[in-house]
Amino acid sequence: MITITNLSKSFTLHNQGAAVIPVMAGANLAVSAGECLGLVGASGSGKSTLMRMIWGNYLAASGSIMVGDVDVAKAAPREIIALRRGTLGYVSQFLRVVPRVPTVDVVAEPLLTLGVGADAARGRAMALLAQLNIPERLWSLSPTTFSGGEQQRVNIARGFVHPYPALLLDEPTASLDAVNREVVLTLIEAAKARGAAIIGIFHDEQARARLCDRLVDVTQFTPGMAQ
Amino acid sequence: MDTRIWAKMTTQPLLSVRNLSKFYGGRIGCADVNFDLFPGEVLGIVGESGSGKSTLLSCLAGHLAPDRGEVIFATTEGPRDTVQMGEAARRRLARTDWAYVHQNPRDGLRMGVSAGGNVGERLMAVGARHYGQIRDKAVDWLGRVEIAADRVDDRPSAFSGGMQQRLQIARNLVTGPRLVFMDEPTGGLDVSVQARLLDLLRGLVREMGLSAIIVTHDLAVVRLLADRLMVMKGGYVVEQGLTDQVLDDPQHEYTQLLVSSVLQV
Repeated sequence: MITITNLSKSFTLHNQGAAVIPVMAGANLAVSAGECLGLVGASGSGKSTLMRMIWGNYLAASGSIMVGDVDVAKAAPREIIALRRGTLGYVSQFLRVVPRVPTVDVVAEPLLTLGVGADAARGRAMALLAQLNIPERLWSLSPTTFSGGEQQRVNIARGFVHPYPALLLDEPTASLDAVNREVVLTLIEAAKARGAAIIGIFHDEQARARLCDRLVDVTQFTPGMAQ
Repeated sequence: MDTRIWAKMTTQPLLSVRNLSKFYGGRIGCADVNFDLFPGEVLGIVGESGSGKSTLLSCLAGHLAPDRGEVIFATTEGPRDTVQMGEAARRRLARTDWAYVHQNPRDGLRMGVSAGGNVGERLMAVGARHYGQIRDKAVDWLGRVEIAADRVDDRPSAFSGGMQQRLQIARNLVTGPRLVFMDEPTGGLDVSVQARLLDLLRGLVREMGLSAIIVTHDLAVVRLLADRLMVMKGGYVVEQGLTDQVLDDPQHEYTQLLVSSVLQV
């Protein structure tokens, strides 16, 4: 489902002496449907960078990133938009929403964009929010004022509201208590069982051991010091 | 299949801009602009004051005559270059398939006419004649932009800035345009009103399958509203791409400066 071949990336900081910082070279990996691959490596080794390149908000310098039949490294913006709409889901560590929009609508939005009816979309959103133990009295409020753990669960609900064939998970259990962590792990296992191809960053070692079929150490893709 | 989903999947651009340039004497307004806009897409144009973004928008919408280039719009009769089109045909497009939301609602509204009249007038311009139906549709649209039905007979001068802007949007969208030009639509509004307007615009774009071109200097607004982004400097497009890619991994020197200059709240 996701195949990365000979991928490289560097940043050019024009306003800081045009410093060129190579951050990745020769990255290769592949994830099949129903498989969960964990990215490991020290902070700064490029786990999140790799994840963002697959999502398409970081540009690749060379190589290819096939998600289904789309090469994200070369795709036009509208192909990536279509990919994100139906095929590729992403649970990031940050919740970015229009202020004042109720939580239930934030979660239902990916389904509305896919053309699902408003009632069905909200129904699915409410079921997920309930499963993730977000109190019902919060559903009509904007998540911008929620606690870190609550915002994270709203983000997870958004990422699981549609059965995306490919999923990127950036520390999905980072700020959750034991009960909610278990709910999230169960959701991820269910996604695997229905055939989603998953790439995740998990600092939670037990979660990693339970979910990941394979681990890839991204340090092997990290070039030496900045030139 | 839902027409809106179908519209998003079509491969024909709604608007194709080729080598568009506008000069003010020896000075560059905008130069060599090229892009395609597809149905259902929202394109953001950012840049500092004087970067040429408003000039570009005016050339696209037919308010200014460009010196060079093509603006090809997919009319119901097929693709047509609106630059070469006669004035009458272009005006007809502006009344039917296009809409233009001005930064200052006073430029887009008739201040001496009631709110309902402002919305109804657009309908009458495309041939609606039945008073009852016009009024019903006007009230329906005022509701969609969250203006209460009991304000339908009030003049816009009695409205707050945020309400005037929502009224301008209703007036523009009532005729079901396919392409909306917006010049700083949330400029001049306080932040809570801005958020409400953004939410409204996102919903309308999604429900009506609209395409939009939004000129703004506010990077937070484009992140939430635009699928794609163009960055302008000195009349030229220096970078364009997927909105979050341009903002998270800017390639051009100027975009890097622009993104790194935003104050974090």
